Amino acid sequence: MTFLKQKTSGAEPSRQTNSVGPVADFRSGLRKGIPIALGYIPVAFTFGVLAVNGGLSPWIAVVISLTNLTSAGQFAGTNLIIAGAPLLEITVTTFMINIRYLLMSLSLSQKIVPGTAILKRGIMAFGITDETFAVASLEQKDISFCYMLGLISCPYWGWAGGTALGALICSVLPPAVQNSMGIALYAMFIALLVPSAKQSRAALTVTLIAVAISSLLTWAPYLKQISSGWSIIITTVITCLCGALFFPREDV
Amino acid sequence: MDQTLIAVLLMAVVTYLPRVVPMIFVRKRLESPFLRSFLYYVPYAALGAMTFPGILYSTGDLSSAIAGMSVALLLSFYGKGLLPVAVGAIAAVYAIQFFL
Repeated sequence: MTFLKQKTSGAEPSRQTNSVGPVADFRSGLRKGIPIALGYIPVAFTFGVLAVNGGLSPWIAVVISLTNLTSAGQFAGTNLIIAGAPLLEITVTTFMINIRYLLMSLSLSQKIVPGTAILKRGIMAFGITDETFAVASLEQKDISFCYMLGLISCPYWGWAGGTALGALICSVLPPAVQNSMGIALYAMFIALLVPSAKQSRAALTVTLIAVAISSLLTWAPYLKQISSGWSIIITTVITCLCGALFFPREDV
Repeated sequence: MDQTLIAVLLMAVVTYLPRVVPMIFVRKRLESPFLRSFLYYVPYAALGAMTFPGILYSTGDLSSAIAGMSVALLLSFYGKGLLPVAVGAIAAVYAIQFFL
């Protein structure tokens, strides 16, 4: 008990001085990006293989990963390119799948260190993926440019590097490896959610509402025709409305 | 320019737009408590929606997915970080698929 008290009182001052400048921020982001990068590599590898098997050159596959940095959107877009679809269809489909980033970016815009320059915000925005958003938005502190740069770095190069590997090696991973790696990013989502859900009744309830609605949109007759991209958007909007109604926050 | 490159460029633009527009145009603290609460819950809602039921279809068969999910839930409940949770879930899926 005494030890516990000492520990907490010792932790207080260090908490106040924890944003000790750009380098420390960058490093802290960098560290948190490593597991994301590791989760990206097998997915990007698969993307590289699919793109090259579909007839694209390896360097185009890598350019797609370097410029798009997203999973679902670029998989769908690339499939349409391979199928020879018209530009309009490729553009609209990719955009639809990426609309969810609007909500994430809007949510994150409220957590950026005040006074961050527009150019920096533009660069930070490029690195918003489902995973980096999840990590950044669940941080206790405001998000600085250097933190976000650090957070983005490893996932960005992991995504591009994994694509290059898949495109060059161009043989699928053994099914056992591919199947078991498939759960990695989902497991990370769980690891991000559970600590908050344990601490806050509101977070737990909101998460469970989201799970219920997305299950409904996946399995219920008629509703299951909604694409998974839209399902995430609809679920997020309804769930956040419930959250704001039932658990309004005074302190945010 | 090559048709494929144009398509890639367009994809990049429509991927970047939804990411950047709110970041650039919403630079002030929003004052409405309702809106602030709404945005506060976005990570929980989006993560919940992206995780379930998607996770059930992530490994090719239901039983290994449920095993992986259970291990992830258990490990994160006991305070393990991202990497151990991911590795534990992968191992559980691999083990189940190996034995079945």
